[in-house]
Amino acid sequence: MQQTNKLTPFFENLNFERSDNMMVINFGPQHPSAHGQLRLVLELDGEKVTKAYPDIGYLHRGIEKMAENMTYNEFLPTTDRLDYIASTSNNYAYAHAVEKLLELEIPERAQVIRTMLLEVNRIISHLFFLATHALDVGAMSLFLYAFREREFGMDLMEEYCGARLTHSAVRIGGVPLDLPKDWTRELLKWCDTVEHELANTYEMLLNENRIWKMRLEDVGVISAEEAQSWGCSGPMLRGSGVQYDIRKEEPYELYGELEFDIPVSDRCDSYGRYRLYMEEMKESIKILRQLVPLYDRSAPQLMAHAPQYISAPKEEIMTQNYALMQHFVLVTQGMRPPVGEVYAPTESPKGELGFYIKSEGEPYAYRLKCRAPSFFHTGLLQEILVGTYIADVVTIIGSTNIVFGEVDR
Amino acid sequence: MRKYTPKDNVQAKSYYTDRFHVTPRVPRNEVQSGSHFADVVNSFKKLAYESYVELGQLVIHIKSSDNIKVLEILRDKCGYTVCSELSAVDYLARDGEFEVFYQMLNMSQAKRVRVVTRIKKDEAIESAASLFKSANFAEREMYDMFGIVANNHPYLKRILMPDDWVGHPLLKTYPLQGDEAASWYEVDKIFGKENRDAIGPENRDPAKIDRYDTKRFSRVGYEVPFGTDITQGEKENDIEYSKAQLADYTKSQKQLDKRK
Amino acid sequence: MAQHQVNYASSAGLPIALTTVDKLVNWGRSNSLWPLTYGLACCAIEMMASGASRFDFDRFGTIFRASPRQADVMILAGTLSKKHAEFTRRLYDQMAEPKWVISMGSCANTGGMFNTYATVQGVDRIVPVDIYLPGCAPRPETLQYALMMLQKKIRRESANMNKNTKQNLRLI
Repeated sequence: MQQTNKLTPFFENLNFERSDNMMVINFGPQHPSAHGQLRLVLELDGEKVTKAYPDIGYLHRGIEKMAENMTYNEFLPTTDRLDYIASTSNNYAYAHAVEKLLELEIPERAQVIRTMLLEVNRIISHLFFLATHALDVGAMSLFLYAFREREFGMDLMEEYCGARLTHSAVRIGGVPLDLPKDWTRELLKWCDTVEHELANTYEMLLNENRIWKMRLEDVGVISAEEAQSWGCSGPMLRGSGVQYDIRKEEPYELYGELEFDIPVSDRCDSYGRYRLYMEEMKESIKILRQLVPLYDRSAPQLMAHAPQYISAPKEEIMTQNYALMQHFVLVTQGMRPPVGEVYAPTESPKGELGFYIKSEGEPYAYRLKCRAPSFFHTGLLQEILVGTYIADVVTIIGSTNIVFGEVDR
Repeated sequence: MRKYTPKDNVQAKSYYTDRFHVTPRVPRNEVQSGSHFADVVNSFKKLAYESYVELGQLVIHIKSSDNIKVLEILRDKCGYTVCSELSAVDYLARDGEFEVFYQMLNMSQAKRVRVVTRIKKDEAIESAASLFKSANFAEREMYDMFGIVANNHPYLKRILMPDDWVGHPLLKTYPLQGDEAASWYEVDKIFGKENRDAIGPENRDPAKIDRYDTKRFSRVGYEVPFGTDITQGEKENDIEYSKAQLADYTKSQKQLDKRK
Repeated sequence: MAQHQVNYASSAGLPIALTTVDKLVNWGRSNSLWPLTYGLACCAIEMMASGASRFDFDRFGTIFRASPRQADVMILAGTLSKKHAEFTRRLYDQMAEPKWVISMGSCANTGGMFNTYATVQGVDRIVPVDIYLPGCAPRPETLQYALMMLQKKIRRESANMNKNTKQNLRLI
C-alpha cells in the first residue's frame, strides 16, 4: 500500500527503561490541546510532572529571514501569519514600527479605524481563547457559544477588508480603505451582543461553575517576580498582579485619549487570568463605543502624506505626473527608510508584540526581529509545569494562550 | 557578463540605487541631564562607551565582557526588571562582528533601554539567563539562528531548527531558500538519500505548472487517467459542468419577491 | 419479537434494497469521514471554525478525531515545516486503510508564500494527497466543498482497495 520509508515504528510515547521509576511522556507535536505544534517532553513521577521540556520550532517558517529579503510593504501580509488569531494586531505592530522609523504622522481617521480594528481583533482573539481553553478543560458547549460570537466579529472584519483570517487591514502610513457604510452600526450591534453574551452566557456558565473552578483555581501559579523574569506580558503579567499595559503606559494611536481601565488580578492562577480575559473584553467594548463618535467627527484622510515613503492617493497618481513617478519608484524599488534602528512595542491580545527593525537605508530591512509574547510564555512552561499534575498541564497551556505562528515565526 | 554576487551576504539587494541618493539617518539625541535616562547612564559611567537616545529609547553601547555587569546594574539599581528581547544582528560581511542587543523594560517608569554590544565571529558571550529567565529561550534562539554561543547557559541547544540541521539560518551567508542540506532534509530523513531521485528536487516556483505532468495537474477538457504520458498529445473531452452549480440569480430573486 | 402485521409480499413489496457491495461500502465510508485534528497553522483556525457552530461539520458525518488510529482523513491544515515533516509521515503511517489526505491551503499545497529554507514545498513530497484546497486561508465553505469532493471521489473508488493497489501505488 505505502512506499516503505526509513521511519521505524517505536513507542515514542512511553519509555519504561529507566531505573528511577520515572516515566517520560511525549506530548505533541500533534495534540489537540497543544494549541498548535507544541511538543512537550514530560518526566513524570506517578502523575506529577518533575521535568518539562517544551520543544518548539515545528512551525518555524523563516519569517524573519523573509523580512530581510522583502521590501517593507511586501512583508506586511506575511505578518498576518504570525499571530493568526488576531492578524490585524500583527499588521499594526509592524506598520507601527516602520512608521516610528519613518517618523510619520498618521491621519486621525486612519487612527480611529486602526484602533477599532485592533479592539475588534482583541475581542475575537479573547473569544477564541475562551473557546479553546474551555474546550481543553472540558466545557464543550462554551466552545460552540464563543465561536458563534466570534463568527460575527469575523464578519465585521470581512466586511471591512475582505478576509476572515488574514486581514492585512493596515498599511504602513494608514489604512487602505474607509469603513463601509453602516459598519459602525453593525459594530455597535455586535458590541451589544458580545456584552450580553458575556454577562448572560459565558460568565453564568463558568464563573461559579464548580468543575471550572476546581480545574482552574490555584493551577499555573506565577508570582509577579517570576512573570517579570520570564518576560511575560499582557494578561500573563497582569494576571500576576503587575499593572502594565502598553496601551496605557506607552500609549500609541488613540489609546492616550480614550477612557478605559486595565483589569488586574492578583490571584496569579489560571482562574484569575480567565477572569482577566473576560474583563478585557468588556473594556474593549467600552473603547469601541467611544470610537464610533470619534470616527464620525474625523476628516476623511486615510493615508499619511509623505511622498518619499508613501504613495499618493489614487486620484493624484492618475492626474499628477510627479505623484505617478513617486508611485512607480515606490512600487518597483520599495521605500528606503532612514538608517537607524527601532523597537516599537504594542499590546497585542497575547501581550507585548514588538518589532525591532534595523535599517541600513536599503529597501530591505537589514534585520527584523519579532518580539512575540507567546515565545516567552512558552519558555515559562518549563518552570510552571514542574510540580503540577498531568491533568493540569492542558489547563496551563490553555491559560498561557500561546499561538504557534508567533512562537516559531 | 554575469553580475557579481557577493558570497558573504546573499540578502536581497535593491535593483537600482540612485547614485546621488543619500539616505538620512534617524536622529540620535544626547541624553538630557536630569532625565531618567541620565540617571541610568550615570549609574555605570565607565562601562558604557557610547550612549544616546534614539526614537525615545536609550541605547547604550558596551563591551561584550561587561554585559552581565551592566544588566545587573540595570536590573537592581535602575529598575529594569524585564529583558523583553535579546537577539543579534549579523555584521560579519562588513565588520566581521555580530551585534548583540538586549531590549530592557522598566515597568515603573515605562522606559526602555537597548544595550548593544559587539562580539567577534568565534567569540562567545556570557549568558544572561542567570539574571533574566527570559534570556533562556532567547539565547537558545540566538544560538540556533546565528551560532553565537552563550557561556554558562543552562541548556544551550537548537530551539527552532531540528537538532541535526546544518547551518545557522539568519546568517547573511545563508540563502533564503536554504542550502543543499536544507532542500533535501525531509526526504533524507523520511525516505533516505537513495530516494532523492524518485521524489525529485523541490520546485521553488509555486506558480509553475508542468504542461505534461499528469500526476498533479490535468487540463480542463483534456482529462486523462492519473499519470498518463501525454507528450504525444491528448484527446479532448466534453466538459461536464454540474447544473446545480449554475444558480439563476434573476429567477431566485423573482421567487423571493413572490414569497413576500 | 415484533409482529409484522403488513403482508409485504402483497401490498407494497418487500423491504429490500438492491445494491452492489462497492456502493454500500463506499456509502458508509463517504458519509462518516473522520478527519484527524491535524491543525498546523493558520488554516487550523478555519478548520476549527468549520467544525464549530456556524459551519457545523457534523452534518456531513465528519467528526474530528484526535487519534490517527480512528481517523480516515488527514486534513493537513497549514504550513508543514521540515522539522515537522517526519511526524506527518509517521501519523499518516499510523492511520488505518483506507485513508485519504486533504491538503488545505497554499502552504500545504506548494509551500505558498513561505518559499523558505524551513518549509516543505508541498506536502505531496511526504504523503500522497487526494484533494488540494487552494486559498490562504481557505474559508470554511471551501473546506466543506473539498470534503464533498472527497466524498464524490470515494464513491467512485472500488471498495476493495487491495484490488487496485498497483494503480493506487504512487511514487510517494
